Amino acid sequence: MSNPARRTNPGYGRWTPFWFLAPAVVALFLIGIYPTLFALVTSLRQYNLTRSRDGFPFVGLANYQAVLSDPTFWDTLARTARFFLVVMPVEIALGLCVALLLHRPGLNFLRALARVTLVIPLATTYAVVGLLGRLVFNRDFGVANSFINLFGFPALDWLGNSAGAFAAICVMDVWQWTPFCALIFLSGLSMVPVEIEEAAKLETTSHWALLTHVQLPYLLPGFTAMLILRSADVLKLFDVVFTMTRGGPGAATELISIYIQRVGFRVFDLGTASAQALLLLVITILLARLYIRFFYREIE
Amino acid sequence: MASRSNGRILHGFGLLAVFAVAIFPVYWMVSSSFKTQTDLLASPPVWLFTPTLGNYAEVFADQKVTSAVVNSLIVAVFSTALAVVLGTPAAFALARYDFRGKSDLWFWFISNRFISPIALALPIYILAQGLGLLDTHLVLILVYITFILPIVVWICTDQFRSIPKELEEAARLEGASQFDIFWRIYLPLGLPGIAVSAIFGFIFSWNELLYALVLTRRDVQTAPVVATSFMSGYELPWGKIMATGTVIVLPVTIFALLVSRHMVRGLTMGATK
Repeated sequence: MSNPARRTNPGYGRWTPFWFLAPAVVALFLIGIYPTLFALVTSLRQYNLTRSRDGFPFVGLANYQAVLSDPTFWDTLARTARFFLVVMPVEIALGLCVALLLHRPGLNFLRALARVTLVIPLATTYAVVGLLGRLVFNRDFGVANSFINLFGFPALDWLGNSAGAFAAICVMDVWQWTPFCALIFLSGLSMVPVEIEEAAKLETTSHWALLTHVQLPYLLPGFTAMLILRSADVLKLFDVVFTMTRGGPGAATELISIYIQRVGFRVFDLGTASAQALLLLVITILLARLYIRFFYREIE
Repeated sequence: MASRSNGRILHGFGLLAVFAVAIFPVYWMVSSSFKTQTDLLASPPVWLFTPTLGNYAEVFADQKVTSAVVNSLIVAVFSTALAVVLGTPAAFALARYDFRGKSDLWFWFISNRFISPIALALPIYILAQGLGLLDTHLVLILVYITFILPIVVWICTDQFRSIPKELEEAARLEGASQFDIFWRIYLPLGLPGIAVSAIFGFIFSWNELLYALVLTRRDVQTAPVVATSFMSGYELPWGKIMATGTVIVLPVTIFALLVSRHMVRGLTMGATK
């Protein structure tokens, strides 16, 4: 609701906001919305580049029907969900531990060092993370095998079998995104008023009690943020997996984005791929609405 | 007292472990980039070795890599600059004006953070093909705006809101137009926020793979695409791959360290401070 006092003398014309906003809105419309509408049209056609001789006939909802009855589509969605359910709890648990270590007073130099280092996984080019994954998890000369040898386990052909490859992409994701969770939790912990935390520490020596009774309420908003953002990110996840496994072996690591890319750009069935992409977009928009509902209520 | 110093030791040990795990893969990449092929293929892997600059010599002699780095630089700089030019006036309007549909517009900008690149890559591929824009810098610059612009708008709106209104009122009394206010007051005072958002824009577009993979063929392949393209054949040139990886990661790491304080805000669109 706008303030009536300001409306009488806002100091600017009615159209002023429009001129400032127009360039950004027009640009985003042309490169964001227009292609999406175009994808909608494509998804209603048979648009297979390998069969372009037939033209691109209008087929109505046939592509959607095909996608929704395609077991591979559901398999990749289920696999994406499984990936999320494996990495997210690990990232949350490790992230919380790291945040608590960084929040604890003392050892200022080490804390600052660890805090700064956390940024590195987040910024590392995702494609390079995937390449690195292929080196680290190599059967013959990968360093992952020499680590597990240390603990007495035999060397594994990580990327050569389904379970190993899935585990390997999970490990790389945990490495890259635990810092994200840690930094969000850390900012939550730093919101706890110092007096409250000090008073609580006089009452109890139990870290667990402190965590669940005093700090937890401050951690919840960040927790919700990371659940929603990470699920959107997992739906987007492409670079690391593509460079590391290309979705293989077989379909063991074929997450949703990899699958759509394969249908669109390796099978060249753009009609079906567009239908898949739009279904993915619907899920994404729901996530975005959820996120906005939680975090931007105060903007009005 | 004993348990206190034990706690301190555990704390220090934990922090060192965090440091070591966070840095290890990058350390492994950089150290591998100085290994000869023999050392790289040693089993078990070697930790101490005589370093060689051979891989870097090979990388910088490979025109594919050098032109890819130049392409990445062109795309990242221009897409970021364009996003700043388009985004700062929009951020000014969102920070300073009341108008109908303001929150919807704001949400629309935020929602772009969630869009999966593959959803846009398909139609943009077809459109770019029709317009003859495939394999040009322009198409990547334009597409990258879809994810840089929302960040610029978000961070700059936040920054502009913190600028005191009195400055603007004083300028208005002296007859400054709205554009003058934006140009002379908000842009200079908002510079820290603009810089942070530009660094984020640069990092994100430098790191991008999917659009670049799909929309380029030969002439404007970016660095991540070229690094990925080495991964074929039987015996992979690991030293060269790791040297290329290091060359790609080094500049963004430096930028990320510069904005490390803002990293969480940038990645969550400010939902957490």
